[in-house]
Amino acid sequence: MNAALAVIAAFVVVAFALGLLARRGRTMSLEQWTVGGRGFGALFVFLLMAGEIYTTFTFLGGSGWAYGKGAPAFYILCYGAIAYTISYFLLPVVWRYAARHQLHSQADFFVAKYRSRVLGILASAVGVVAMVPYLVLQLKGLGIIVSETSYGSITPAVAIWIGTGLLVVYVIVSGVRGSAWTAVLKDVMILAVAVALGVYLPRHYYGGYQPMFEAIEHAKPGFLTLPARGMSATWLVSTVALTSLGFYMWPHAFASTYTAKGEDVFRKNAAVMPLYQLVLLFVFFAGFAAILQVPGLKGADADLSLLKLVKKTFPPGLVGLIGAAGVLTALVPGSMLMLTSATVLAKNVYRPLVGAVEERTVAILARALVPVVALVAAWLALRGASLVPLLLLGYNFVTQLFPALVLSLGETPWATPAGAIAGIVTGEAAVIWLSASGVTLAKLFPTWPGTITDLNIGIVAMVANIAVLVLVSVLTRGAPRGARAA
Amino acid sequence: MTRLRPHHALAALPVLGILVGVPFANRVHGYIFGLPFVLAWIVGCVLLTSAVMALIGALDRAAARDEGDGGGRA
Repeated sequence: MNAALAVIAAFVVVAFALGLLARRGRTMSLEQWTVGGRGFGALFVFLLMAGEIYTTFTFLGGSGWAYGKGAPAFYILCYGAIAYTISYFLLPVVWRYAARHQLHSQADFFVAKYRSRVLGILASAVGVVAMVPYLVLQLKGLGIIVSETSYGSITPAVAIWIGTGLLVVYVIVSGVRGSAWTAVLKDVMILAVAVALGVYLPRHYYGGYQPMFEAIEHAKPGFLTLPARGMSATWLVSTVALTSLGFYMWPHAFASTYTAKGEDVFRKNAAVMPLYQLVLLFVFFAGFAAILQVPGLKGADADLSLLKLVKKTFPPGLVGLIGAAGVLTALVPGSMLMLTSATVLAKNVYRPLVGAVEERTVAILARALVPVVALVAAWLALRGASLVPLLLLGYNFVTQLFPALVLSLGETPWATPAGAIAGIVTGEAAVIWLSASGVTLAKLFPTWPGTITDLNIGIVAMVANIAVLVLVSVLTRGAPRGARAA
Repeated sequence: MTRLRPHHALAALPVLGILVGVPFANRVHGYIFGLPFVLAWIVGCVLLTSAVMALIGALDRAAARDEGDGGGRA
């Protein structure tokens, strides 16, 4: 084992130890295992939520896209800011309703608002399906880090299996308390590593930011602006609009808002979180620095650029420390995703379908589902694809919940249960069809201007979703409304 | 529902800066702090978001105190 892998292994041991310590002296009921017995203070909640933002996606995907695509990567910096603006107005309403009705999960919200168990099951299924690509992304990230820092002695495929195994054991051992403690360690490390790399690498190789960007612009003219076609300004704007609406629709993100002490937490976070997000800028700098130093990484291999440059620049021990930060950014969100999807399947899909089941049975099922979810994700992770498109796919799925959610916020929901269900089903069907067939607006309408055909395809699914939701809602309302619509 | 007040319109500024502004700010030259102009523009919008949301938060707390309703349960 080389020095880099040894350092990473040491950090993994620490993370496991934190997980074990966190559960000591507690009986692990389902509640304790998933929401930490609701004993988390504001700082812990903040860290858990921030822990979801800085994932392997940020670390490897952000730098990989800056390296491989250039300016289109800037979308990652945009959507969070808009999502926090929306959160200021949206989350207090959600939180108040959830607190008054003692809700636990995102599915509970739909069930309570629409008085429809079917909608709860549907929303849960959508959430789990959306989380899978997000989880696959973490596993791929783990695989990349382990195989790169092994300096070639571990193949990427073996590394993905090692990463999956680590994640499963970690989740079963620690539950959410372990995640929260490791999140603290992870956030400190990733902040330090990202800022250090983003400051050091451009200075070391180019003598500063502007010389670096000028060198890139000279070598690849137009790389630092959005292209006229393809990932154009239209693509960026529509992608940002879509992903900012989806930001809080993830089941784990939605439910973690319930744990806040009061609604003012969200109002304060709306001002603080955008600043926290600027760490991404340094990740971009590291990716840009790699362009002229480790050239030639094509397609999904662009995700390797950060680690390739780090290996070229630093001795193995330091590479290990940076790799360890990367492993933690996969372990913490990965465990949250795995935990949430297994719990949602057991609690919000299996239980309402089967009827009266004991809490203990649900808890056992949730735990048993962890390796199942892991196997599915690992199988998908072995099948290629780079990191950013994986996250965008997850976002396309999960954002389809947004219209039904927003139209339920009034005293009585504007949409009807049938309308909400029909809208979501239409949206998801459109997403599946569009992503499976690889259809784009540019291919369908080659003569239309790029300002229209470059729209993110998720927008099309969203429009179909809203149209069906409104239509079916109007048709299934009581007689007076129906008469008026006719 | 969070009651909408006139100053909430400020929240739209950084959002418009991104969704409408980025297509117009899409150029390299005019480096700011060493950043290509389009990247500097986006960073500016993110900073503006933080400032605007802090301001709105302060105004909302002040308005809640004036009305004596304690600003809800928070």
